[in-house]
Amino acid sequence: MKLSPDQTVFWQHGFVHINLTIITSWAIMALLIAISGLITRKIRTDFRISRWQCILEMLVTTINNEIKDIGLNPPSDYIGFLGTLFLFIATANLCIILPWYQAPTGSLSTTAALAICVFFAVPFFGVEKRGILNYLKSFVEPTFIMLPFNIISELSRTLALAVRLFGNIMSGGMIVAILLSISPFIFPVVMKALGLLTGMVQAYIFSILATVYIAAVVQKVKEKDKPLTVNKISK
Amino acid sequence: MHIDWFTVIAEVINFLILVWLLKKFLYKPVLKAIDEREKRISDQLRDADTKKAEAKKEQDDFKGKNIEFDKQRNDLMNKAVDESNKKGEKLLEDVRRQADILRVNLDKALKDSYETQSLEIANKTKEQVLIITRKALADIASQNLEEQSVNSFLNKLLGLRENEKKQIIDAFKSDANPLIVQSAFDLQEKQKNDISNAVNEVVGGKRNIQFKTKPSLISGVVLSTDGYKLAWNISEYLDSLEKDITEATK
Repeated sequence: MKLSPDQTVFWQHGFVHINLTIITSWAIMALLIAISGLITRKIRTDFRISRWQCILEMLVTTINNEIKDIGLNPPSDYIGFLGTLFLFIATANLCIILPWYQAPTGSLSTTAALAICVFFAVPFFGVEKRGILNYLKSFVEPTFIMLPFNIISELSRTLALAVRLFGNIMSGGMIVAILLSISPFIFPVVMKALGLLTGMVQAYIFSILATVYIAAVVQKVKEKDKPLTVNKISK
Repeated sequence: MHIDWFTVIAEVINFLILVWLLKKFLYKPVLKAIDEREKRISDQLRDADTKKAEAKKEQDDFKGKNIEFDKQRNDLMNKAVDESNKKGEKLLEDVRRQADILRVNLDKALKDSYETQSLEIANKTKEQVLIITRKALADIASQNLEEQSVNSFLNKLLGLRENEKKQIIDAFKSDANPLIVQSAFDLQEKQKNDISNAVNEVVGGKRNIQFKTKPSLISGVVLSTDGYKLAWNISEYLDSLEKDITEATK
């Protein structure tokens, strides 16, 4: 029994190889881009729009509002990264309803890749909004002693992100696989349905946590820029 | 539970490509469409506000104009009423004046008519009275009356005042024609002599006197030459009466 789709390798040439994780990721990417391209190709700006455009607009507006509610403004600066994170994970997890499908998020490589993206996105947005010095200063706050703890925090939360998503999705897939061998009827379907819910929740959690991490850096920057009196009042 | 680092790298690249593609095909067009729609809505709302404000302004303008029109209409109406009243009064005044003139003319015409009629009646009356009188006197004229007439004539002739006598003397003296004595009846010789004597006495000298009979005198005697006439006769009285009445009725 293969625990990860990484183990299903289709082509290999030395270090380079194409496995199921990569293939599934490409398929999901193609699906997302095809749907987006097809709908937005005939996008209209007046009041009579197609139902597909309406769904896309609702989705984008919801993501936008979530980002805004967490405190990142303007959300259009972050929706590219955070929205894609959510859509990719959600689509990957929702596709578990398909037979013989193995979610790429069930691979620790994928979740680690996504966590690494978040790991680099946080300083990227922090530096972009605050400047590199101010961003680096945030590691020695409130005191210099906190520097190692802050660094550990950065690393550990990235690891937590990767393992949380991997663990949940992999375990879901594993449970269904085990149940199929024990009780092949009905019960695996229920577990798959539960897997859908878990997948959506995990997509939400992953993207929300990424948003919170970025917001924490960006807002810390903004708060430091504000006058003290305003700071007190806001507290 | 192992990490395949090539897969990790591939997935990172995949994810970054996906981010770029979705930005291009999903977020940008959708957000742009939403922004444009919001802009259009806000433009339309702004336009609506502008139009509303314009409509309000126009409504106010029209209200103001209506008030002004009403005022002008009322002014014109009042003016027209005043003018018509004045014109009516003027026309009434003209009519009154014309009526007064007509009344005056009518009064005058009535008065003239009355006077004309009165005059006609007076003339008729006078004529009738004179006709009746002449006829009555002609009917009652007689020899005795003729005698009385001659006597009256002689008395009148002899009783002339000095200035009257002088006029007769002057008239008769300067006239070479014979004196004519007219009477309604043929005079007797005695009467003729009395008259001749009286005339000669007044004139002073003997004058040639012709006696003629003229019934139209009714009764009486007329002494005349071309330039002067002395008479006592009823016709003369009646002529005098007629003259007086005519003058009185003028």
